[in-house]
Amino acid sequence: MRRDTLTLKVLIHAISLTLLINVYYMAITDQLGADPVEYVLHFTGIGALNLLILSLAVTPLTKYIKKPFLMQNRRLVGLYAFLYALCHVLSFWAFEIQFNLALFFEEIIERPYITVGMVAFIILVLLAITSWSVVKKRMGRRWQKLHNWVYLAILLGGIHFYWSVKASVTEPVIYGVIITLLLFLRKRKFLHS
Amino acid sequence: MKKSIGSAVNLPECSVTDESVYLARRTMLKQLGFVGATGLLATSSQASPLDWFSSNKDKTPFKTTPLTFNKGSPLDETLTPEAKVTSHNNFYEFGTSKSDPVENAQQLQVNPWQLRIEGECENPITLDYDQLLSMFTLQERIYRFRCVEAWSMVIPWIGFPLADLLKKVQPTSKAKFVAFQTLYDPKQMPGQASRRIGGGIDYPYVEGLRIDEAVNDLTLLSVGLYGKTLPPQNGAPIRLVVPWKYGFKSIKSIVSIRLVEKMPPTTWNILAPNEYGFYANVNPNVDHPRWSQASERRLTSGGLFARNRIDTLPFNGYGEQVAELYRNMNLTKHF
Repeated sequence: MRRDTLTLKVLIHAISLTLLINVYYMAITDQLGADPVEYVLHFTGIGALNLLILSLAVTPLTKYIKKPFLMQNRRLVGLYAFLYALCHVLSFWAFEIQFNLALFFEEIIERPYITVGMVAFIILVLLAITSWSVVKKRMGRRWQKLHNWVYLAILLGGIHFYWSVKASVTEPVIYGVIITLLLFLRKRKFLHS
Repeated sequence: MKKSIGSAVNLPECSVTDESVYLARRTMLKQLGFVGATGLLATSSQASPLDWFSSNKDKTPFKTTPLTFNKGSPLDETLTPEAKVTSHNNFYEFGTSKSDPVENAQQLQVNPWQLRIEGECENPITLDYDQLLSMFTLQERIYRFRCVEAWSMVIPWIGFPLADLLKKVQPTSKAKFVAFQTLYDPKQMPGQASRRIGGGIDYPYVEGLRIDEAVNDLTLLSVGLYGKTLPPQNGAPIRLVVPWKYGFKSIKSIVSIRLVEKMPPTTWNILAPNEYGFYANVNPNVDHPRWSQASERRLTSGGLFARNRIDTLPFNGYGEQVAELYRNMNLTKHF
């Protein structure tokens, strides 16, 4: 492994994990404002979206600045996006719904913005469990096909965010623009398939 | 209504996090920079981009003063700690995040203040700051406060019944509704100066009640909480508290109360009529289109593992006092 790849990997681990552990520690000890549950949900949700955007920015960025070692980190960033999304869903079930399984499924089915978020999450689960190199080799061409679903996941993630806010849509709109740009950069890929 | 005298505050002082510590922790988290783009956007209007580590230095917190009041009857429910009541607010005039008001509202000028009570009444009056605090005997009311977002608090308010004030101005027979208006001052309220900060709402914020709701004994004009005058983030110097309705009805920092003949427009109803009605009575049987209203999370002390989800009660548990007001109404239609 090249030294800059290694440095970058350590950095990605350190930042993603420190932030996540810190926010849970603060939330458990009631140091995150009046409603730690809301804070944790927002933090992990926006974190997952940020990381997903970052992972989709890797390929265009690599081409643009011609630093191929960046590609070595794409999977790691994607996996952290999955971890944040997993924390988001589990926190919703454990701390917002408080383990009421019936209510959990009711909310997923009845609230369109949660349904949309759940579909995005299921895609991320599939991508995460097929991310091992061994699985990738075994799947052959089907692997790329499956992993193209990430474009749908990020789109649904953006819609989920937009739909969840009460009034101020500025921030979701900014995310929407960024996501659109990332998809636009791949327009050839969509036209070919 | 008879009020027994008793201590309202059951929490030991030590269980309440000191506010400065509380705010410092939040600032630290923000500076970690992962709170989302809003955090960055919101502070950028206040401080220069390189000012991240000193943004709070030049801000002196708002000074509240102790009030003299008759103690309220204690409620058999745990109070929400003062630090939480005063740092978790929806007051979009100061930003849309729950922590924005406490950060951006500390400089609000509440004295001098003018509250006009006018419209369909015999004796319109204008009250100044001192009159707000001295015109009526102040009483403490410990109420449940249920936000439409499905969280709730228990808050010891201090104030006087709106009915007492309305009696003074003598509403005419044409007075069927009461319209309220929040201060409009974009210089002091960044959310009014920028649609982005203010959540795209058309200001001033307006609210309304039917006259029989307005004169119900539960309906309070509050000038304080936890024994002191209101801090700006909670609606200083005077706000409405209607405990059986969703929190957005309880309009803050009021400058005008107008008696009117027709149902007045109300801010959230204008913004999303299918989500927020004029009546906005707490009702576990009528869901918000995007989330259930059947239960709520009660915010008291306790962190992430607090088992705080409780059933929501019709009229927020005040049915005995107010259900009669809606006797022949379809509350699913008039939500």
